[in-house]
Formats: sequence, C-alpha cells, structure tokens
Amino acid sequence: MSERTIIPFGPQHPVLPEPIHLDLVVEDEKVIEAIPSIGFIHRGLERLVEKKDYVDYVYVAERICGICSFIHGLTYCMAIEELMKVQVPDRAQYLRIIWSELSRIHSHLLWLGLTADSFGFESMFMQSWRLREQILDIIEETTGGRVIFGSAKIGGVRRDISSVKMDEIMKKMNVYRKDIAQLCEQFMKDQTVKHRMQGVGLLSRADAISLGAVGPMLRGSGIAQDIRSTGYSGYDRIGFTPVTETAGDCYARCMVRMREMDASFVMIEQCVGKMTDGPIEVKVTGNPAGEFFMRSEQPRGEAIYYAKANGTKFLSRLRVRTPTFANIPPLLATLAGCQLADVPVIVLTIDPCISCAER
Amino acid sequence: MAQQQIIEITPAELIEKVSAMKAQGQRLVQICCSKLPDHLEVAYSFDKDFAFLSYRLTLADTSTPVPSISKIYGNSFHYENEIHDLYGVEVKGISIDFKGNFYRTALKTPFNCAPEGEVKP
Repeated sequence: MSERTIIPFGPQHPVLPEPIHLDLVVEDEKVIEAIPSIGFIHRGLERLVEKKDYVDYVYVAERICGICSFIHGLTYCMAIEELMKVQVPDRAQYLRIIWSELSRIHSHLLWLGLTADSFGFESMFMQSWRLREQILDIIEETTGGRVIFGSAKIGGVRRDISSVKMDEIMKKMNVYRKDIAQLCEQFMKDQTVKHRMQGVGLLSRADAISLGAVGPMLRGSGIAQDIRSTGYSGYDRIGFTPVTETAGDCYARCMVRMREMDASFVMIEQCVGKMTDGPIEVKVTGNPAGEFFMRSEQPRGEAIYYAKANGTKFLSRLRVRTPTFANIPPLLATLAGCQLADVPVIVLTIDPCISCAER
Repeated sequence: MAQQQIIEITPAELIEKVSAMKAQGQRLVQICCSKLPDHLEVAYSFDKDFAFLSYRLTLADTSTPVPSISKIYGNSFHYENEIHDLYGVEVKGISIDFKGNFYRTALKTPFNCAPEGEVKP
C-alpha cells in the first residue's frame, strides 16, 4: 500500500471561489478521503433578527448571499407572509419569478465561468462572464442594483417594470438566450470538457437521495425534485418541469445547469405574457406570530428559512439552511476515490457558495 | 404552499420516530437548532412529495445528550456536527464525528454564548 499523505486544499486556493477547507487524504494521486472544515466567514446574520425589526430584516436576508441575493430576500419575505397570512398580488408574484429566474441565469453563468477556469478554459470563462454582465445590466435597469436588488418586500415588491421597458428587455433577452445557448453548446461539445467531466465525480441516484443532495447535484443524478414544483410565488401558474439528467457525473450536473438557463428564459417569457396590470404590493400591518419553514429553489438548490415570531416587531429566531450546506455530504462522497487533479472540477460542479452556507 | 407540521417529541423517542420516517421513504431535509432565551430547540425536518414534517426536541440546556440519527440517515452527520460545534449540544454516536473541528471558530460554541461585550441576562 502506498503511503498516505494529507494535502490541505483551501480555504485560499486559486480555483476555489469560496473559503472551504478540505484535508485531502491521498495515496499517490488518488484521493481516499476528504475531511471538510468551514467557519472562516461567519457573519452572524441570523442573530441580527433580534436587533432589526422584521420589515428591515429583508435587507439583511438579501445580504446572506451576493449571488442569489434576491431569492434569499424573497424566501424571507414569503416566510413572514405565511406567518401573517398575507396574499401577495399576482403582478408582484410574476415580477418575483422574473427576478428569481434572472438571478438563476446570472448565477449559472458565473458558475460556468468558474468551472471552465478550473481546468484552464480561459476563453469560456471570459465569454460566460461577458454574457453575465448583460444579464446584470437588465437587473440593474429593472431594480437599480446589480448584486443586491433591494426589490423584495413583505407584501409584494418595491418596483414595477413598465410595459415599454418589458418589451425592450424581452428583445434583448431573445438575443442573449441564443448567445447563451451557443456558448453552452460550445462548452458541452468540447472534447477537453468531456474528457475532464464525463465519468468523473459520480453520484448514483441512490446516493444522491441518501446523502441529501439538492438542486442540480440531485437532478444531475436523475431525480426530478425542485421546490418550484410546490408552486410558491406563482410558479404553479407557469409551465414548469424540473430539468434532469441521469448520468450523475460532473458533465450531467453541467448539463442540468445549462438546460436550466434556457428553461429560465422560457419562464420569464411566460411571466411577461401572463402579467396583467395591477398592484405590486399590499399593505402589511401588525407583527408576525407563530413559526414557519419556508422553502425555495435557489440556483444551487433548496433553501430553507425557519422563522419563529412572538407577536413583536422582532423575530425570536431565524435559521437558514442553504443548499451548499446540504451538498457537503454528496461532495465528500464524490471526492472519495477521485484523482487529485479532478478535485477542483468536482468541487465546482456542486457550485459551492460557502458565504451563504455560513451566514 | 404544501402543508407542514411540527410535532414535539422527547430525545428518548427520537430514534423510533426517525426510523419510522426512513421506513416511509421520507427524505431528511435538515436538522435545525435554535437558541431561544431559556432553552434550545432542535428540529428534524422530513419531506415526501413536498409534504413537510418536523419533529422537535426542546432541551433545557446542553447537558441533555441527543442520540445521533446518522445510522438511519447517513447525511445527518454534518448537521449533527454543526449542532455540536455551534451550540454545544452533545450528540451521541455520530457516524463521522469531527469532534469539534467541523467549524473553525474563535469562540467555543459561538451560537450558545453571549457575544463579546454583551452581558447575559
């Protein structure tokens, strides 16, 4: 038997976008085991509910993650709306879907660039981030923000999109959709990509279930589970089918994200078609009481917000479970037995977001 | 939204209840610990066909050990390590026990102590 060595990987590493530390136990070039540790960037955002009133906390919730910020804010708002039995107007729900899906597209493009960069595909990195900028421009035009949208509020949304602006955006989006589809095709047909990803980081269907995988990590192993299927925020009114692939390897997880981007464009188009004029918010009075687990589908998978309220303007507790945290056991399972050189690729195919996992 | 249910149980009932969930094909969604002014709550959440159910333990303090469910649900180990590292709850028999090294924190059990400069009531 070869001698075992421990190679520390992260929290600072050229291919790691986020600070997770892995102790890689290796025999020659083969990884036998990966031992994780986190806790480098904890910000104590959950505890701020004791000091910020429940309306202002939306701004904090949006800052839990800099990539899927809108969906964090939205999930928090939906948790409070459930506690206060608030019915959000239809137009606001469609706007929420539009911004959620724009978030998904820009998050997946960010991930695509980082993944391509992890094995030296620099031109793909630049192209995908160029396209992401165009999506961010649309977000800026409609919300005023690029990273933190500031559009979600309890009872609806803060901003509307005029029909003239919507037409302009849809014209641009049709072009971007084709550009992104072309980019995805180039990536998926590339021989080097196939060589580095097919058959690497395998996660079987059974393991994906037993290890509690979520999001594209789960759907890449053939399980059609997506919290959008519950119909939150009006997803039940648009034709939504979860995207799945069956191979369970890194390539399949990439395919899921690529196809999800296209599905997001379709959903945005449907929302624009179905949206009618009307109010974008309802007035919310009083304070929340009770407890609720709110779930949403972020670009990385299922997020859970547990809110416990006591009838005052401060919540007594808020707890957030992010998708990256749920994907740690499947990540460790896929790393065991892989080649050392494949570690960055496998880590990036879970699309880790440790900042939001640590809150 | 799909319905959800929260059921109070005791630590002694935990393994039996969780085994029943496994037998029904429920997915372990999360284990969530919350620190409230005078007690701790640990919620074990399960899902099947988007019906969400949570079993909740109420602990007076961290001196009450909680049995690990990692032999029933393999993906529970990191939640249990988190509860131990951040709140100081003793979880007995975790299949992969990082022994307090999963979270690298400057303070021991940071979610269960008064922040620096703040006096505990």
